Amino acid sequence: MAYSEKLLEHFKKPKNVGTLNKESKNVGTGLVGAPECGDVMRLQIEVDEESKIIKDAKFKTFGCGSAIASSSLATEWLKGKSIDEALAIDNMAIVEELALPPVKIHCSVLAEDAIKSAISDYKQKNEVEA
Amino acid sequence: MDNNRLIYLDNNATTPTDPRVVEAMLPYFHQFHGNAASRNHPFGWAAEEAVDKARQQIADLIGADPREIIFTSGATESDNLALKGVYEMYSRKGNHIITLKTEHKAVLDSCKRIEKMGGEVTYLDVNDKGLVDLQALEEAITDKTILVSIMYANNETGVIQPMKEIGELCAKKGVLFMSDATQAVGKIPVHPKELGIHLMAFTGHKMYGPKGVGVLYVNRKNPRVKVTAQIDGGGHERGMRSGTLNVPGIVGMGKAAEISQNEMAEEAKRLSALRDKLEKGFVDNIEETYINGDVNNRMPHVTNISFKHVEGEGLMMTFNQNIGVSSGSACTSASLEPSYVLIALGLGDDLAHSSIRFSLGRFTTEEDIDLAIKQVTAGVQHMRDLSPIWEMYKEGIDLDAVEWSEH
Repeated sequence: MAYSEKLLEHFKKPKNVGTLNKESKNVGTGLVGAPECGDVMRLQIEVDEESKIIKDAKFKTFGCGSAIASSSLATEWLKGKSIDEALAIDNMAIVEELALPPVKIHCSVLAEDAIKSAISDYKQKNEVEA
Repeated sequence: MDNNRLIYLDNNATTPTDPRVVEAMLPYFHQFHGNAASRNHPFGWAAEEAVDKARQQIADLIGADPREIIFTSGATESDNLALKGVYEMYSRKGNHIITLKTEHKAVLDSCKRIEKMGGEVTYLDVNDKGLVDLQALEEAITDKTILVSIMYANNETGVIQPMKEIGELCAKKGVLFMSDATQAVGKIPVHPKELGIHLMAFTGHKMYGPKGVGVLYVNRKNPRVKVTAQIDGGGHERGMRSGTLNVPGIVGMGKAAEISQNEMAEEAKRLSALRDKLEKGFVDNIEETYINGDVNNRMPHVTNISFKHVEGEGLMMTFNQNIGVSSGSACTSASLEPSYVLIALGLGDDLAHSSIRFSLGRFTTEEDIDLAIKQVTAGVQHMRDLSPIWEMYKEGIDLDAVEWSEH
């Protein structure tokens, strides 16, 4: 299976790898997937208190190259977006950007789930209506 | 050291054809192009002579009579022929077959077909080393049992089953013993007659011969075993497998058998030393590394290793621009199921997803091993730096207690 240049770049030099303080009120954490299924994504967002814009995003992913690239790309896209804009990120946009083959589409679904899960965690902490 | 050099450590998938084999085959494409079944002219005679020689070379390798060698297109066909052929031939005696959960798909899927045809199949578990439980095997044999099919050495782990004990048990119970010996023949001494094996499948391309040619060994005396042909036609191969013989392929497999027989002992020693070096390189350098399968009963050239909390396919992507290996992770398959062989050994799904099979071969060098240790170690490091579950594990979080959102 030949992967796209963009995918390989995100896999070899992933952006925004790391951990934010999950106890912080401004940080939302999403942990999706399961080790038994072969992929686990943890995606975190940090929302600016004043502007409510996502000012930072970090991830760590256990999974195949497509899962890692999908989460790396997702963190790139999240930065600078409002919560509503972030919620609008669609997995098919990730599929398109990375040219994921059909058997890897679930990786993009997982990334979308991770974004939604991180946002929901943030909203819960800040008692914003979901 | 050239870090981009191509390194092939997937010899259980297929081996490169030995150049000496290629050389032996070449005259049989054009110069001696005859059909081995053309009995009335020198073109046919030359082909038949070449086939006879190869049959003898292969018989010599496994200590058999050349008349016990049935040529097929490969081990998958040989497995199919043995299982379905015995099922049909011995249907009056019984309809029960016993095999292992860790068998190759060629055996398992043939068994599934037999079940559809009305047969009964018992799929035995293996223990955590990958070995058959002889007592369970004995207890599974009934008066309806016609065949026990147990592989010689496993393709994923290299684990070798207790063939002699199984053979004795089958002899005692009066059932036929078939073995898929694809991963063993040509690499370690395999002598079906000494082990009580009545049918044995193997192939050219796993022993440095060409693809597209294989053998089913069929025991001729005590007992005289017969299988019902699965491909009908001109009645070639004693009526058990019709079809014009693949003369260049057969010549190649014969030459490959001869080379293996001459070089096997030394080669096995060399490869097991290299394999042990590779394993030590990983176990010493990388924490939470597990070797899968029985290390005391396995092929000299194979190791199957799990790097905990690293997904195998992702790991492969860190070095697969130049190193070829296989993973027990099945992230590419639609099912997302990891290796059923490793699961049968009792590995959790997570360790099965984290496994890599390294299979060395005749053309593997020490430089290959050194570079593989270096690049795979770096790959594991990269993947662990990225892995949330490695981080959680390092923080002392009990991963089994986490509520995962399975998808």
